[in-house]
Amino acid sequence: MFRICIFLMITMTFMLKSFAVENIKIVTDGGQPISEKELSKWQYTIYPDGRNLPEGEGTALQGKAIYNAQCMACHGESGNNGIGPRLVGKQGYQNNSKNVLMTMSVGAWPHATTIFDYIRRAMPHYAPKSLTDEQVYALTAYILNLNGLIAKDEKLDNVALSKIQMPNESIAINMWEQEVNTQK
Amino acid sequence: MDIKKTKLNENYDINRRKFLFGGATLASVAVTSALSFKSKAETLSLDIPQHMQTPGTQSAEYGVPSKYEVDVKRKMENFYQSAIFTGGLTPLDKLNGVITPSGLHFSIHHNGIPEISSEKHELLVHGHVDKALKWSVNTLLNYPMVSKIQFLECAGNSAANAVADSPVDGSCTSIHGQVSCSEWTGVPLKYLLDEVGVKPNGKWVMCEGADGGSHVRNVPLQKLYDDAIIALYQNGERVRPDQGYPMRLFLPGYEGNMNVKWIHRMEISDIPSQSKDEQSLYAEYTRDNKLHQFTFHMEVKSIITKPSGQQQLPNKGLYEISGLAWSGRGKIKMVEISVDGGKNWQVAELEGFTMDKSFTRFRIPWQWRGEKSILMSRATDEFGNRQPTRSEWKSKFSDFTINHFNAINAWEISKNGKVSNTYV
Repeated sequence: MFRICIFLMITMTFMLKSFAVENIKIVTDGGQPISEKELSKWQYTIYPDGRNLPEGEGTALQGKAIYNAQCMACHGESGNNGIGPRLVGKQGYQNNSKNVLMTMSVGAWPHATTIFDYIRRAMPHYAPKSLTDEQVYALTAYILNLNGLIAKDEKLDNVALSKIQMPNESIAINMWEQEVNTQK
Repeated sequence: MDIKKTKLNENYDINRRKFLFGGATLASVAVTSALSFKSKAETLSLDIPQHMQTPGTQSAEYGVPSKYEVDVKRKMENFYQSAIFTGGLTPLDKLNGVITPSGLHFSIHHNGIPEISSEKHELLVHGHVDKALKWSVNTLLNYPMVSKIQFLECAGNSAANAVADSPVDGSCTSIHGQVSCSEWTGVPLKYLLDEVGVKPNGKWVMCEGADGGSHVRNVPLQKLYDDAIIALYQNGERVRPDQGYPMRLFLPGYEGNMNVKWIHRMEISDIPSQSKDEQSLYAEYTRDNKLHQFTFHMEVKSIITKPSGQQQLPNKGLYEISGLAWSGRGKIKMVEISVDGGKNWQVAELEGFTMDKSFTRFRIPWQWRGEKSILMSRATDEFGNRQPTRSEWKSKFSDFTINHFNAINAWEISKNGKVSNTYV
């Protein structure tokens, strides 16, 4: 069982009548240490500077075969003509469609590392976490190639991926930080 | 204000006359009944409802609504034709008060609802900390807790009114049902953060769910210290599976998607990890082609739930215009109502105690004389933030931006009493 250490800081306050006010600071200590071994299995969130990207590499050419087998059914032959979210192109309405969900595109994401992170944690939609790291690199390369950002035989690994500059990175604004800075 | 008071009194007078008249009728019925009373040999007349002549049933261990209320349910929706990226919309127009029953709370999940045992679930906090720690659910159940009645709204609520060129013919549920309000009880995150000891460069927290897609949102550390909780209870009972059982992150006033359900891991970092949902689905393109990321607050907003879209006013007479107002910044200060498309406004009564980042119920009596009317509500919060008009809101964002639509909404009442969604 855990214990709660309670520090009592009693201060006397004098108002119209004098009485004691207790300020009780709650300090909990029920958390258990996590071993390094256990922690290592959770180090898979990828950050935009490439942090946590694993070893391995892949090319768009390798990615095409995996895409056709595992992704095309939802995302379409060209990555922008399926029932699932659009992978290719800029943001905005497509042709004459008024489907707002199709106005978004992976090609318009501000960060390329997110493509790897999301495929690895959540794709394929009905079989998440079933792809190897090499397959995820290859699929990321394939999507980047479809968007004209890398060549089809260009090797994508942790270093190369963290250097990819997405077209929309320059228009992205962190609104929370902007608001906090304005308040200062 | 004087005009408002006069009108209120008129309506109350009308009500009182009706009541007095009704009382007189009852009295006369009683006299008539007494004259035709049965003889001593007869049982009580069988001309009364059957349920007054037979014993009833016993209570169920877990009660459910009356079978006559089966139509009060969430409207289901799915996205991208997926079987697991689905949701349910709160039937706001069929509820009253400010509390949403847990089973009717809106729910959207991108990768289905995982089945998680409370016994086996753990919450890990690691990253830029002095010591990485984990807590079992049972440990947290014994921690000091707080309870607050607060709303939760999806960033994409009311999206149809944000993007459709002409107003969609929808109900209050289908257009605005991605908002609900519950009493959430749980452990303040500041206790856990104090336990791990956050390092000075810790600024953002990557919060991850234990669902199939390991949903991630990045939350500023400041918000977690401020008023965030690990919610274990909703409306007095343990959080339900589609709300994150055994535990969810609850961030008062922040967009729904950040309130990570089934939360199991928080990694404290210097920068946000830029998760999938932060790239486009929960970001906004502006009119001047900027991409606004990390727009967290659900701004001041209100919805008239009664009368509302697709309802039918049966006849002319006295009605109550009632609805809900909320602000992710704080408390609601004022709700104004217009019945003429925004030409004139009257202040509505705010019911009870207005709470921080919570639903406030507003009500105002209204005499409908059979004329075409346009009902609108306009809320202002304690910081003076007021709902924009639809055109003011649209002037800031791109044609296809769906998130954070908090503009004034309008219902049109036709001469024959049909209520429909409209733009002003």
